[in-house]
Amino acid sequence: MNVKSEMTLMVDSIEPHLRVRNLDFFYGAQQALNKVSVDFMPGKATAIIGPSGCGKSTLLRVLNRVYSLYPGQRAAGEVELDGENILAPGYDLSALRLKVGMVFQAPIPFTMSVYDNLALALNHHEVLSRGELDERVELALRRAALWDEVKDNLRKSALALSGGQQQRLCIARAIAIEPEILLMDEPTSALDPIATTKIEELIDELRTDYTIIIVTHNLHQAARVAQRTVFMYRGELIEQGPTEKIFTAPDKKATHDYVTGRFG
Amino acid sequence: MISLYRRRQLMNALVMTASTAATLFGLGWLVWIMGTTLFKGASALDLKLFTQMTPAPGDSGGLLNAFYGSLLMTMIGLIIGTPIGVLAGTYLAEFQRRSRMGQVIRFTNDILLSAPSIVIGLFVYELVVRPMGHFSGWAGGLALAIILLPVVVRTTDEMLQLVPGGMREAALSLGLPKWKVSVRVLQRAASTGILTGVLLGLARISGETAPLLFTALNNQYWNASPNGPMANVPVVIFQYAMSPYDQWHAYAWAGAFVMTMFVLVLAVSSRALLNRSKKLRS
Repeated sequence: MNVKSEMTLMVDSIEPHLRVRNLDFFYGAQQALNKVSVDFMPGKATAIIGPSGCGKSTLLRVLNRVYSLYPGQRAAGEVELDGENILAPGYDLSALRLKVGMVFQAPIPFTMSVYDNLALALNHHEVLSRGELDERVELALRRAALWDEVKDNLRKSALALSGGQQQRLCIARAIAIEPEILLMDEPTSALDPIATTKIEELIDELRTDYTIIIVTHNLHQAARVAQRTVFMYRGELIEQGPTEKIFTAPDKKATHDYVTGRFG
Repeated sequence: MISLYRRRQLMNALVMTASTAATLFGLGWLVWIMGTTLFKGASALDLKLFTQMTPAPGDSGGLLNAFYGSLLMTMIGLIIGTPIGVLAGTYLAEFQRRSRMGQVIRFTNDILLSAPSIVIGLFVYELVVRPMGHFSGWAGGLALAIILLPVVVRTTDEMLQLVPGGMREAALSLGLPKWKVSVRVLQRAASTGILTGVLLGLARISGETAPLLFTALNNQYWNASPNGPMANVPVVIFQYAMSPYDQWHAYAWAGAFVMTMFVLVLAVSSRALLNRSKKLRS
């Protein structure tokens, strides 16, 4: 047994960061999640895998309640964060999203400068002096491995960056306000292999400070970046566990069939 | 086989000819208007047009007071109409997107959009001119604002709805409140489109005559303050064109030429703005 899996065992024994219990989700009358229960552990990257339409993105969208933007969408069940159910009516969504950040599939820079993309939310949540703001922007860009490429163009439009740079900017924007949990919805599916590698390295670095939950279609990516893997199928959670186990010795036949490429 | 091919060629030629003719028919009017106004107004088209006041019959002069009045009242209309229109459009797009209430407001706004401008002139006459006891530039500006308003509401609403939903979600995911997302992120993304709407609205109100007849009336003399009746290009054109004096006719044509050019330049520049922003986005 190597050191990494030993650590995995140790960390498994501590409290989960996010505890999902009996989660149902509906798009209008259509049910997309069915009694999903899953734990997300701190200090780890958890990959959610499964074929298209299995509900993995839906699950992610519940965790920071971004679905609440749409009147027809509704969740039932419990998602516990720091001892509170985030699905409870009246839960402060701004506070939730400050703790639970999200990076989306397509890079979506705001129509403003690189600097302002980060400064906007920083200025909203904290009272910072000019110098402190500069520092925080630089820190976030450095952590997102983008600083060296943009440090001379901070005032230029973020739309002028390449796709891979834009996605790292979105990651920088999400981590600038220092959330506890970072949700990533297929963050590399729109990127080329080099940009993908950069972002995967980044995920590995970030997970020491953040709990990372990443939805991916790419099984190799799940194997590369995640310590834990969750397999979903048709709105149900089939199996969860350490990535090694899910990929080499899963308990369920459906998981085995999926990770060996028999469907999906 | 051959006959089928021939038939298609013939059909193609026919449709091409018809569409070219339709385009020329449409463009022809514009060229005709520009040509006629330029030709007939040529004798009055010089620097004096922009530096001197409207002349008495037989005298020479310019249209300075009319240009100034038009400019000032258009600005008043713009300053009143734009913020209200942008806010209302934002409300519709971001807070009442698919609701029944939103549909009702959109429908009402569309009615206002197509309301005859003379009705709006009469409305402001009753609302402002009668209580004040005299015509004024303020009343003219207000009437123009009411005409501009629905144009701005509509474009703001439509442009904000075109902003990708992902941007809304990304901004909300940063813990920003909805109003800040709307104002700082979405309006900014839609700003070129909104600006285009404002420019098109500006082009429309700068040529309005009917609402000004009932509100600003006209003024033969220089009047810098909007507290009294104000000269304006459309009404001066109307008055001069109806007069029996050849010299006045020339001024009317010259005024018409300048107005048409102004609207043309506005329309073209708003198009250019929109195209540039499309290129930036892709």
